[in-house]
Amino acid sequence: MRNLIILFLIFIVPTNALGLIEVDITRGNLNPLPIAVSPLSIDDESKKSFEKTLKKKDIGSEISKVIEKNLKTSGLFNPLDKNAFLQAPDIAHLKPRFEDWNLIKAQALITGKVKNVDDKLRVEFRLWDVLAGKEMMALAFTTVPNNWRRVGHIITDKVYERLTGEKGYFDTRIIYVAEDGPKTKRIKKLAIMDQDGANNKFLTLGNELVLTPRFNPTSQMVTYLSYFRNLPRVYLLDIETGIQEVVGDFPGMTFAPRFSPDGKKIIMSFAKDGNSDIYTMDLENRIVEKITNHPSIDTSPSYSPDGKFICFNSDRSGYQQIYVMKSDGSNVKRISFGNGLYGTPVWSPRGDLIAFTKLHKGKFYIGVMRTDGSGERLLTENFYQEAPSWSPNGRVLIFYRETKTDDKGEGFSAKLWSIDLTGYNERLVDTPTDASDPSWSSLLSN
Amino acid sequence: MKKLVIRNIDQGALMKLNKILKNTFLVLFACLVLSACATSKKSTGQMQGDVYTGTDTVEYLASGVPDRVFFATNESVLTTASRETLRKQAAWLRKNSDITIVLEGHADERGTREYNLALGERRANAAKDYLMTYGISSNRISVLSYGKERPVDSGSNPLAWSKNRRSVSVKAN
Repeated sequence: MRNLIILFLIFIVPTNALGLIEVDITRGNLNPLPIAVSPLSIDDESKKSFEKTLKKKDIGSEISKVIEKNLKTSGLFNPLDKNAFLQAPDIAHLKPRFEDWNLIKAQALITGKVKNVDDKLRVEFRLWDVLAGKEMMALAFTTVPNNWRRVGHIITDKVYERLTGEKGYFDTRIIYVAEDGPKTKRIKKLAIMDQDGANNKFLTLGNELVLTPRFNPTSQMVTYLSYFRNLPRVYLLDIETGIQEVVGDFPGMTFAPRFSPDGKKIIMSFAKDGNSDIYTMDLENRIVEKITNHPSIDTSPSYSPDGKFICFNSDRSGYQQIYVMKSDGSNVKRISFGNGLYGTPVWSPRGDLIAFTKLHKGKFYIGVMRTDGSGERLLTENFYQEAPSWSPNGRVLIFYRETKTDDKGEGFSAKLWSIDLTGYNERLVDTPTDASDPSWSSLLSN
Repeated sequence: MKKLVIRNIDQGALMKLNKILKNTFLVLFACLVLSACATSKKSTGQMQGDVYTGTDTVEYLASGVPDRVFFATNESVLTTASRETLRKQAAWLRKNSDITIVLEGHADERGTREYNLALGERRANAAKDYLMTYGISSNRISVLSYGKERPVDSGSNPLAWSKNRRSVSVKAN
């Protein structure tokens, strides 16, 4: 993972221009912004050397494809067909002929240049406002060649931030559970991939059942539930070293783990004698604290981003509902009062919303509500879906969906899906196998 | 549709069918219609409320000692039939005092994963508590919740779900 550290060499300060194009992300975007992503130009010598090391014919064009796919899946942009581009990539990067780009209805243009500098990959790019005929930003990065996809993601993050005014979520990864085999004997493995589905890796072999992996928001640590030796316990896994350990020494099942926002604690449920309560463990001094003390089921805890509150799932009212309390366990308040059952509350990284799963009249919904329970909004309805996880900018939710089996019990599948907070732009997230329990990482670079 | 397993039809429906079969040719057509009814009745005949009462997934710890009990949706209350099964298990465990068991608690697929893990644990403990009141020492019983991870029936229908809401006593040695 160390080689993933990117060296930033910013050589031009973003050009400051007022009144340029803007993308509004607070509403469903039915008219995505037409944007032209010109293939990044590359000189022949660099092209040949990268072809040797990266096995890619034209790395400049590959990087632009990464950017294009990111922009498209965001739902906010409409990358235009490259065949319609009139200007050559290298010339466009120097000085675009705005009339040409205007002609194909592009409102924004991304150009760039790739070069081999001492066997490092040097990429510069510019973002142009076609209508105003102005440069909006220009940046350059130097990194190890293997990081080429991340360069594409970082460029997308910069463009997204410049055009929407909010941080992007493209230089991120998803940890999830890869699934295979019949429903009655499902084999589950931890898997990790880039946010766009590339670089998929399986982290466990599938010998034991694993569930609910979650990223530490501040490091390359993951917490998850493993049935290793048939003892369901919360584990901690360092994905840089592969070292894993059991969290705490509990005489029974621990489950539903998540990190605190500072990454220093794990909050989880511990089940004993038919009762599940919420506990925390400090990862530095290993001190365990009991947070809830109630004969009902208390589970699925999730901290507010300032660490002051915890939302959780409890059936103390008789059925599954969402509650909020102070992080010391005091001031417990029920916040879900709509029809149906509520589960899997997750606090938005922006702090203003809680995403949840709702079961009502045999249908499952992913929705959001304010942290006091008001303003409930259901984003998507299906036969079965649950476990939303927020993108680091709090604009997109990823969750999993399962299909109904037929009369013979066949046709089961589980897949990852994403949807914008607006309720628009619902998309299948490609995974090599069936998948569930996704968790979105923080931005890898900032 | 799954093949009809005769022992799962309730006796009333079976006798009705037999009577009809003894009748004349004219009634034969009606018989076909009725047997279709019996087929669909099968699914309700195996459930009381939404608790499974059939036997087709049940295994036996010993002759006459079923290994599992079933629960209503979202519930961990033991039904009359469950208590009877657990009393048989307790009697058998008392006779075989060297045997230890794992109570595996399960939920159906119609609930969130984490809540179902807790619910499976609660169900298995309901069975454990009952066995303990019939004299089985707690150190012979361990509890393991699988939540919704290990259904016995992969169907997405009320009958399949009722078979999956269960606590199964498994010999550990």
